[in-house]
Formats: sequence, structure tokens, C-alpha cells
Amino acid sequence: MDFIRNFPFFSILLSLGSGVLTSIMNRKVARLWNTFVLIAVTVMSAVLFVYMLGVGEPYTFMMGHFPAPWGNEIRAGVLEAGMALFFCVVMLLSMKGGEEHIDREIEDTKINLYYIMINLLLSSLLALIYTNDLFTAYVFVEINTISACGLIMIRQSGRTIEAATRYMIMSSLGSGLLLMGLCVLYDITGHLLMSNIKESIAYVYAQGTYNIPLVASIGMVCVGLAIKSALYPFHTWLPDAYGYSTVSSAAILSSLVSKGYIFLLIKIFFRVVGFDIIVDTKIVNILFVFGLLGMIMGSVNAIMENDIRRMVAFSSVAQIGYIYMGLGLGTTFGITASIFHILSHASTKSLLFVAAAGLTDASGGSKRFEDLTGSGYRNPMAGIAFTMGACSMVGIPLFSGFISKVLFAEAAVQNSLSKMLPTLICLAISTVLNAIYFMKTVIRLYTPKSRKVKKTEAGEAAIVSFREHPLYNFTLILMIALNMLLGCCSQPIADWIISGINMFG
Amino acid sequence: MSRLLSEQEYRKTKAFKVKRWYRGEKDPYIGRVELRPQKPFEEDVNTQKKRIHDEAILQRNIYDIEHNRKLMLFSKFYKVISVLFVFTLIGILLYMVSYLPPVGNAANPDNNEVATKYIEDAMKDTGAVNIVTGMILDYRAFDTLGESNVLFIATCTVLILLRVDNRSKKKEEEENDRLYEPKNDIILQKVAFFLVPMIIIFGIYVILNGHLSPGGGFSGGAIIGSGLILYVNAFGFKKIERFFTQKTYKWICFAALLFYCLAKTYSFYCGAHHLETGIPLGTPGDILSSGLILPLNICVGMVVACTMYAFYAMFRKGGF
Repeated sequence: MDFIRNFPFFSILLSLGSGVLTSIMNRKVARLWNTFVLIAVTVMSAVLFVYMLGVGEPYTFMMGHFPAPWGNEIRAGVLEAGMALFFCVVMLLSMKGGEEHIDREIEDTKINLYYIMINLLLSSLLALIYTNDLFTAYVFVEINTISACGLIMIRQSGRTIEAATRYMIMSSLGSGLLLMGLCVLYDITGHLLMSNIKESIAYVYAQGTYNIPLVASIGMVCVGLAIKSALYPFHTWLPDAYGYSTVSSAAILSSLVSKGYIFLLIKIFFRVVGFDIIVDTKIVNILFVFGLLGMIMGSVNAIMENDIRRMVAFSSVAQIGYIYMGLGLGTTFGITASIFHILSHASTKSLLFVAAAGLTDASGGSKRFEDLTGSGYRNPMAGIAFTMGACSMVGIPLFSGFISKVLFAEAAVQNSLSKMLPTLICLAISTVLNAIYFMKTVIRLYTPKSRKVKKTEAGEAAIVSFREHPLYNFTLILMIALNMLLGCCSQPIADWIISGINMFG
Repeated sequence: MSRLLSEQEYRKTKAFKVKRWYRGEKDPYIGRVELRPQKPFEEDVNTQKKRIHDEAILQRNIYDIEHNRKLMLFSKFYKVISVLFVFTLIGILLYMVSYLPPVGNAANPDNNEVATKYIEDAMKDTGAVNIVTGMILDYRAFDTLGESNVLFIATCTVLILLRVDNRSKKKEEEENDRLYEPKNDIILQKVAFFLVPMIIIFGIYVILNGHLSPGGGFSGGAIIGSGLILYVNAFGFKKIERFFTQKTYKWICFAALLFYCLAKTYSFYCGAHHLETGIPLGTPGDILSSGLILPLNICVGMVVACTMYAFYAMFRKGGF
């Protein structure tokens, strides 16, 4: 066995162990160690990704002395390695972009707890990506939920506590449904390992003995994961959680945590139940309808919002709607478009949150639109970055959002008429709505009226020079570069996603 | 009055004390239990104004249904929909359950080679007589590693929420700790004096016998934790801080979890590469057997005990 094949195992255990290690560190060491872990995992994932592209075959890795149905197992393919690499890069950038805010907004003695949360969140995301066992997935979903809750409430104010409580209630409901679904799946198949479940489900479905429990369990898993990733009617926890937590938390929550659950759902579609059976049970149609609803309603709510962070948060609801709409199309093209949109949205949304933090800092900490007028001049780098992110979200060519919209449209055209029309219509409406609220914001950022320093409700608005925050600006540049990379080199990335999905089968 | 002893000697015996207590002449509580009488509730004008203002807002936005049509509609709608939703869900689940395989049927799908191997080979493979422990700490050790980290991160989240780090605030919390409840309760202390050692020894027994009999790290740790909570309730924080402080907690958790991670990394690595770990399994049934399971059980037990106690201390006064 090649040594590189150990890397998924090393990255999970390194991040899990460093959560424990961080508990005795002070905040400076904790931050350094966290950066080291993130870089190490990024490098390992990158090496694994390149290696997997060369090998072209997925492999399984035994966690312990016992082979798969008895012991635990993880599995790596091209798609898993690429996702791990991308998630680590986005997490590193979000952490670095919000570093000053972490120091400012969190109590000094609790900063190392924040880094514990980040390390364990990373390990749980990696485990969700690599796992080949449904129960392992559930255990790490728990870690993911609790650490996300900690990330929300570590900036202690009434709003974040309320947001964390809401998140906890909704998320526990989602976890409960997921667990029930897994129990029923175990009851009718007798396995927890993904490949074995798939075999027995194919057999059971052909026999027709347990079709009702099968459909019910798939439904419960889908709804549970949809609640946890904030699909439209279950999105109520989201705006407060993203709007009031510290910047890094908001960026990580919106771009990674919800995406981890969606990736797990895609994995369950392909590796556990089998995509043909999923399409045959018509569950995708329900996801499709709610996805379309989310695309429209998220944007409508975002237009009515008067707080820049909450507006970006509501925009997340719309984007999650896009992803579920892609899943709901019920074709491999739709899934490809969804996975591309996961990447595109993760890179753009983290950019928007970090840039919005820079703009609010230049407006005396106020997040209201009246106070943000002209802040694009006061903090030029953040203004440019926000504009770029907005362009990407709206779907201007050269940016990643354009490609994902093109992919969605392509996937829709290859579908039957009854799904093609609603998809295309909603895509068009949603794009217009996106343009309305993002362009509204950008125009406000560059309205020159209040270029002079103005006193706002929250504090003094001040001009932030370019040199003042080198790390922050550098991070923004890297995020823009990542976004452009996704937008300009879309073909190899789409090829990689398609080959990864084929490896799932 | 006694016939064998003189009056003075009789007064020193326990029997005399019991008799006095029985007649109601002496209450052993008086002079020993610290009890502070409660002051009448006072409130300065500003806080009172603020409270009344907040209550008015609450009333207007949440409870005053008559004047708020939107709220009225919502609350009615909400009640109807939630009841309907719950009953639909119950109906669907009941309907689904009726199609599940019957309980205890030998031909059920979950009665397959996985369970058979666990039952037949667990003792040979893991060296543990208790198959459940063998499963969670050897066959599926990766899940359990995640599960113990769930405990760890849950305590960290509670620390974020409840730990008081501000020094003046900490002092205030300590002064307010159980202000109006009796301290040094003699009955509680005497009972705890006998019970706490037994509870803790029983917890240690459950942990150490985890691979031989029902129990293990999680249950044993919970028992030890409840012993510690009883101790702190009877004797107060000052006594327990002689051997268990926040620092002890931090280092115990750190050492146990780090050992767990390192040991399992080693064992997973060896397992994946088909190498021998070099850890002897021993004779099944001995206390020193079954390889890594015993030390891992001890680690899990320590983490669980500390977590239980830490939760209690955090909720009581935000630190210990």
C-alpha cells in the first residue's frame, strides 16, 4: 500500500487529536497550532487529490484490525479528496480573514475554546467526507452540530445565545430524524456499511418486501439533513446564526457546515441507496419543489432585509435552494451542477462575509445600510471584494456563480419538460432578485455622498487604509483568486466532479 | 438514667445523646448548620423601571393577542398546524412500523453474518468476555473515539456558555453560591461519609471490570461522577478543591483523551497495514487481559467522571 493512502486517516486523527491538545494551550499557541493543522491537512489533501487523479480508482482504508462489515472503514476517491482539499482551503481563508475579529469579540480566556471547536469541526467535516459507514457519519454529525453551536455563541450577546438555542433545537430535530432513518435502514438491511447496505437494498427493493419502510427511512434521512443544511422552510435558525456570530464563524457555518451535510446526502444517494432507487421513489421531486421555493423566498427575504450580514445570510437560503434544486433534477448532470455550486457558493459566501466585516468596521461597527453608505471608499479592499463576491452571486461571467448557473441550466435542459420549465423560470427570477439586492448594496457602498467621516449610531466611522490590515487584505485577494479560478477553469473541475461521481457508483 | 454508670459518665455516652434528641431537648442542627435568613426582596427605582418596561414589551409583542391581529392569526394557525403535523407524523411512523420485520424472528435481515461473528468470535478476537465492550472499544473503536470527543466538545461548549473568568464576577458568584440553603447539613454529611467511598469504589470496579462484566468506561465514569457530586454537596467546594480543581480536571481530560487518540492511532495504523501491535491479549477472564480495552476503559471512565462533575460545577457557580 502506498504511503499516501494513509493521508485521510492522518488528517482525521490529526485534527481530532489537536482538539484535545488545544485545551491546554494559551491563545497564541492555539492559533499557531490551528493554522499548522489546517495547512498540514490542506497539503495532505492536495497530495492525495493529485495521487487519486493519477490512480483513478477509489480505495478503502481499514480503521483497526478487523475488515469492513465488522470494523470501521473509510473510503477515498477523487471527489472526496478534492472536497477535503477545498473545505480546508476555505476554512483556512475564513479563519485568517476573521482573525482580528476573533481577538476583539471573544473573551481572552475563551479563545482557545474557539480553536478547539474549529479543530473538531474540521475533523468532523473530514470524517463526513471520507466515511464509508453510516453510524460513523452519525457520530461525526453530532460533533459537527455541537461545535457549530459553540461557534455561534462564543461571541456572547443575547442575539447569539438566542440564535444558538434555535440552531440547537432545529439541529437536534434534524439529527433525530437522521438517526431514526438510519435505524430503519439497519432494521431492513442488517448493515451499517454503505456498500453492504446498497447491495441489500437493491435486493430488498427488487423483492418489494420492505418498500414502505425503505421510502420512509429515505424520507427521514432527506428531511433530517435538509433541516440541518437550512433548506427553505427549515431556514428560520439561519439569519440570526449567521448575522450575529463572529465573522469566521459565519463564514465557516455558511460555506462549510451546511455543505458537509449536503455532501453526506449526496453520498447517501449514491453509495447507500443507489441513485436509480432514489429517483424511482420520487423523493427527489419533493426536494426539487422545496429547492425552487427556497431560491425565490430566500431572495425575497434578502431584499427586505436592512442589515448587510443578515442579507448575506438570507442569500445563503436561496443558494441552498439552488443546490437542492440540482439534486431534485434527478440526473447525474444535476448532481454535478449541485456539487459545483457547493464549491462556488462556499468560496463566494465566505468572501462576502469577510468583506462585509471589513465594510462594517469602516462604518463604526454598524451593519445598517444607511450607515454603510460610501464605505466602499473608506475601506477600498473590502469594497472591491464585496463587489466581486456580489458579481459572482449574481452570475456575471468570469466568476464561479456564472458557471454554476450555466451548469444548472444545462442540466435542466436535458430533463423532461415538466422539470425543465420551472427550473429555467425560477433560475431567471432568482437571478433577477439576486441582482436587485446585491446591486442595491454595491451601489450604496459606492455612493459618494458620505465619503467624509460620519458618526453612526454604533460608533465612529473611520477610513481604513490599505496597509492597516495586511493579513485581512491578503486573505481577501486569495479568496477572490479562488473564486476566479473556479470561474475560469470550470471545465477541468466539472470533469473531476463527473469522474468522482462515477467512482461513487 | 442508667443503673450501671454514674450520672456524669452516663452523660458522655451516645445513648444519652440519642435520648435527648429523642425527647426533643437538643437539636443537633443548631449551632452546626450555617443557615442565613433571607432578606426581603428590594429593588432600586431604575431596575424596577427597566423591568416594567421589558414586561410591557413582552406583553405587547407576545401575549397581547387581542390588539395584534397578526399575532392572533399566527398563534391559532400555529396550534392547528402543529397538532395536525404531529399527528400526521405519528400516523406515518406507525404505518411504517407495521411493515418492519417482526421482532425476534430468526429470518430477520439484521440476523446476518455481522452479528454472528460478533457473538462467536468476539472473545477470541478482542480478548474481552463482555462482547459489547469488545465491539465498542475494539471492532468499532473509531466510532467510540468520536463519541468520547462528543463528550469533550459538549463540556467545552458548556464552558463557553457558563464559565466565569472575570475575577470580580467570580468572587461574587462564589459568595452567592447556595446563599440561603443550609450548609454543613449533618445528616447529609454522615450519609455521604459512608456512601461516597462506596460509590466511588463501585465506579472503579465497574470501569476495571468493563471487559469482563456488564459496564465499562461510560457507566463507571457516570457512577464516579455522581459520587463526586454527592461529596461536593455534602462538604462544599473548599473540601473538594483539596484534590480536584479546574486544573486537575483540565489535565485529567487532556491526558486521558490524548492517550486514547495516540493509542488508537497506533492501533488503527497497525491494523490498516496488517502489522502486529505487540499488545498481548492475555487470557480471557483475567483482569489484565484484552489488550488495549482496559486502559481505554479507564480513560473513558476518567473523562466521563470529570465531565459529569464539571457540568454540575458549571451550572452551580460557573467554575470550580
